[in-house]
Amino acid sequence: MTRVTVYRVLVIAAAVLLLEGLCLAGIIDRLTMPPPHRILRDLAVILASGSQNAAIVKTLTNASIALALALVAGITSAVVLHGYRPVRETLEPLFATYYAVPIFAFYPLLIVIMGLGDAPQIAIGFMLGVVAVIVNTLNGLDRVPRVLRKSARIGRLNAIETALIVTLPHAAPYVLTGAKLAVAYSFIGVIGAEFIMSRGGMGYEISFAYTNFDNATMYPLILLILLVSIALNAALSRWEKALLKRRGQ
Amino acid sequence: MTGEKWRPARNAAVLIAALLLFWQLLYAFAGEAAIKPPLATFRYTATLITTDAFWVHLSESMRAFAAALAIAVAAGLTIGFWLGFHKLSGEVCEPMLVALYSIPKITLYPILLLAFGLGMPAKIAFGAIHGIIPVALFTINAVRNVRPILIKTGRVHGLGATEMARIILFPAALPEIFTGLRVGFSLTLIGTLLGEMFAAQRGLGYLLMTAIGLHNVDLIMAVTLLLFVFAAAASGTLLAVDRRLHART
Amino acid sequence: MLQAGLPHVSLHAVTKVFPAANGAETVHALGPIDLDLYQGEFFAVVGPSGCGKSTLLELIAGLAPTTSGSVDFEGRRIAAEIPDGIGVVFQEDACFPWLSVEANVAFGLRKVALAAAEKRKRVRDVLDLMGLGDRARAYPAQLSGGMRQRVCIARTLVRQPRLILLDEPFGALDQQTRLLMGEEVLRLWRQTGATVFLITHALDEAAMLADRIAVMSARPGRLIDVIETKWPRERDSRIVEHAGFGAITARLWKSLREESLKTLRRPVAPA
Repeated sequence: MTRVTVYRVLVIAAAVLLLEGLCLAGIIDRLTMPPPHRILRDLAVILASGSQNAAIVKTLTNASIALALALVAGITSAVVLHGYRPVRETLEPLFATYYAVPIFAFYPLLIVIMGLGDAPQIAIGFMLGVVAVIVNTLNGLDRVPRVLRKSARIGRLNAIETALIVTLPHAAPYVLTGAKLAVAYSFIGVIGAEFIMSRGGMGYEISFAYTNFDNATMYPLILLILLVSIALNAALSRWEKALLKRRGQ
Repeated sequence: MTGEKWRPARNAAVLIAALLLFWQLLYAFAGEAAIKPPLATFRYTATLITTDAFWVHLSESMRAFAAALAIAVAAGLTIGFWLGFHKLSGEVCEPMLVALYSIPKITLYPILLLAFGLGMPAKIAFGAIHGIIPVALFTINAVRNVRPILIKTGRVHGLGATEMARIILFPAALPEIFTGLRVGFSLTLIGTLLGEMFAAQRGLGYLLMTAIGLHNVDLIMAVTLLLFVFAAAASGTLLAVDRRLHART
Repeated sequence: MLQAGLPHVSLHAVTKVFPAANGAETVHALGPIDLDLYQGEFFAVVGPSGCGKSTLLELIAGLAPTTSGSVDFEGRRIAAEIPDGIGVVFQEDACFPWLSVEANVAFGLRKVALAAAEKRKRVRDVLDLMGLGDRARAYPAQLSGGMRQRVCIARTLVRQPRLILLDEPFGALDQQTRLLMGEEVLRLWRQTGATVFLITHALDEAAMLADRIAVMSARPGRLIDVIETKWPRERDSRIVEHAGFGAITARLWKSLREESLKTLRRPVAPA
């Protein structure tokens, strides 16, 4: 372990211990937050008993679908847009201001159109994630050196082959940056929607537990979401770093 | 309107026209219960902004947003400068910041509600936690990427440490810091708004949430439109300043 | 006022060793070096890449301390502090992008005690001297590489330094611009009467510009030859037509070729 990793572990451990100390000393009262060791224990209990499994599966499934849709639609749109300069330029201000808009305001609209199932939540997750994928993929495609595109033409690759064999692989690190954001956004979309109006899923359970002062359920679920998103993010980051390292960057 | 100079204006006009058209078509498809057409929304908005109640909500939101932004910027810049200058701390802590950035912060709302209760402090907290990390991350990068030759030049001209920071480091890092501020601005806005949706009894977010609950589609459309216009205008201005600053490098 | 006969800059048994860090070994970059620079002369140093030329310049400038040995400027020891009266121009573009050309040059006068009006006059004079008079309000991003280097040179000149250190200042420019900039430097040298110390990897540049040229060996850098060109003070780039010019570059290359091959054969450092 390098010196830096040791420091990191120490910092995290110190933070957790501080939290533990504040909770046990009563400075943070039980009603606000249980001590970390309790949260972990409650999480183990919940996972072992399987009481929340349905909710967990529902949320993770919906978030994954939203993520997959955002990636496919986002990457494809970016590749297409990259070829049509005028359309891209016209849409650019929309992309730049997109994330300042409260997308959640459209949730009721989506419910009316799609009904009260899982579809509106997936749609929100998709809508939040897709622009991040488009913007970052475009950024990556911009940086593909012209000489590589020329090589593709000399090799007589058609448009799809060029995208799959040359430009997208070269843009991969940037696509991954977009993917990381899409992971976060699909979670935000699905869970946020579940907070607002839903009949199931982790967001719903957290909201329900909150209203009923059920910290033993609420905190572990929150921790679980945090752990899953950090793990996914770390995995994608590692992949991204490996790709960049191969190129000597 | 021909010629290069008019292109951005033309593109913007085309974009707005396309959005309005899309809106109108969506109305034709989805019907009165889901969405209101552009003209009706504009008229409703015009009446809305003349009511006193609206201005009460607006000022509430603006105050919360201003406070959240101030906190996010102050804390973000401080953390960013510290981690940017102090190499070891930066190496240790930056990946942790990146991991925190990837967390769907909406998951933390129940915790913040428990800590702060309903009302202004909770809203400000929601907003601030959204903006603080991008400001910090961009600032770290900005400070780290100051070209060493500029620092060398400062030394050749006999600049002391504080002079170096004030005269060379800050102006050199400003363009990138500003990008962080711009991103932080948008995210803090969203965060404050979401906070108002879940944790308040006043403010535009609260207004939106009530409208969703009462299924008052006119109000939903009007508030969303106002938020979008404000966000787009602010975002656009900041983007223009950002471009200006980067053009000098 | 410098004592007659005393060299302007004096290096005595100077070495520079970079201590081991992060898995790398200690790097014996330079030395031992003995060198005297005389007042008002134009002195050039050529050598293979990585031989320590830039390190030598930084030691003279006071930007880095010596590991052993001493550096004296105008009779006084330099101890890792930039003495007054020395100006440095680097290879990289050192213009401050957020300041106009005029403000960049005026920056050079920060630490100089002069009335504001006097400062403004000096800045204007130097801008005219460097042919930047009509670009005073422009920003570096709007200028070509050559113009930006002129701004950096102007910023150095405005302090009226007695010793000017140039670290491959024209490295990033094309050949034609380099030769013309070389003429400019000669003109400035004559006008200011300063001592000039130039580092370059271009043999023709050194041969054209300098009164004396030192050849540095591969790392650890030592001076293996010093050639006197004996050119007249009033010279420009057309000196390349002189019969003796070819002989000088030939002699430089003779000393340098072996050292350059040594550098090439050295294994590439791990990334």
